[in-house]
Amino acid sequence: METLEPILAAHPFFTGMSPELLKLLVGCASNVKYDAGDFISREGQDASEFFIIRQGKVALELFSPTHGPITVETLEDGEVMGWSWLLPPYRSHFDARAVVLTRAIRFDGKCLRGKLEEDHHLGYEMLKRFVKIIVERLSATRLQLLDIYGTRV
Amino acid sequence: MEPVFDSKAAPKEAVVRPMVPEIFRVEKYRKETHDTYTLELKSASGTGEHRFKAGQFNMLYKFGVGEAAISISGDPSLPNPLIHTIRTVGSVTKAMSKLKVGDTIGVRGPFGSCWPVQEAVGNDVVIIAGGIGLAPLRPVIYQVLAERRKYGKVFLFYGTRTPDDLLYRGELEKWRARFDMEVLVTVDRASSDWHGNVGVVTTLLKKLVLDSDNTVAMICGPEIMMRFVAMDLIKKEMTLDRIYVSMERNMKCGIGLCGHCQYGPTFICKDGPVYTYDQVIELLARREI
Repeated sequence: METLEPILAAHPFFTGMSPELLKLLVGCASNVKYDAGDFISREGQDASEFFIIRQGKVALELFSPTHGPITVETLEDGEVMGWSWLLPPYRSHFDARAVVLTRAIRFDGKCLRGKLEEDHHLGYEMLKRFVKIIVERLSATRLQLLDIYGTRV
Repeated sequence: MEPVFDSKAAPKEAVVRPMVPEIFRVEKYRKETHDTYTLELKSASGTGEHRFKAGQFNMLYKFGVGEAAISISGDPSLPNPLIHTIRTVGSVTKAMSKLKVGDTIGVRGPFGSCWPVQEAVGNDVVIIAGGIGLAPLRPVIYQVLAERRKYGKVFLFYGTRTPDDLLYRGELEKWRARFDMEVLVTVDRASSDWHGNVGVVTTLLKKLVLDSDNTVAMICGPEIMMRFVAMDLIKKEMTLDRIYVSMERNMKCGIGLCGHCQYGPTFICKDGPVYTYDQVIELLARREI
């Protein structure tokens, strides 16, 4: 039976990670599929997982009583969704909704945290990858905040 | 005496009477978005064609109000009518937004340097636009698509504030439907009925795989956006001389005499607006300029 290992190895998030470390992660991973419109996670709920998107598109949304759902970011193939599982209180900050049929690998956050605590080399490898993504998204968010297409900048 | 600054963008042809506006008549007026409109202009005297190169601009004169530098957004191979897409940002462009079909307007130009459309032949072309920045790049798209076989891969990345701010929606759909061009659009924010990308335009570049030695990038948009986009292209190993940007300052005379648009040792109206990134990278970092 085909394992998830080759799929993980081919995903940009895991580029450069050794097969030994990937093997440790596979035990926490499972294949998932969401139809267009399905909620993958909801704001305020337990953030017990993160996803690497294999195919599709996910919208991160915030709901405003006056404006309805507002999409703040979309994520696509090759990207990673969710880092609230890393730090207490492990709660999602946004709604995540599949915009189109989306296939992903889901990682169980609790399982993963246990492995990262046990094996600090794996922990550091994972953290380096997450920090890179967080920095990229922080930078993009700062640009978004500037409202650069407005008339004031 | 040698010129202090040698623009690397393609050579410019001098306008015969650069300070005398020619009277044009509004042939068509089209509202593009809530604050942006397109004027199609024809010479009132019916004389000649007003040839221009992609990236050049005209000084448009709303009589009794003032002049504004507006890039030409039509097809360079079809210069009649002259097409300008204008965003309302000040008193002159606001007054122009009230023009009606048949009204007259003064036109001086075309001025400035142009996008390296010919120099890019044989290369992949990456066009990156933000907001109204798509207007000065549309002539490039027309030219590249007219001679599509002369170019490698062609990408258009376009970002705006919201879906309602997208320019040229009909054309974007047509370009997106082509198999020989990749078009990616993103907006900074949207409601859930928008099924496209949400995020700043730099997020579209994440998956772009470049043949950096055989790619020419042309960027137009807010200056901050251009800096971030250029930084991402440099991370992808593009050299500065293959990245082109279009700069904007307060232009008045259009021929480098008045000094209003001085940018370091250059005048944007004369030496720009299109520059290679190596020409401006130091200047972009200086707050005093």
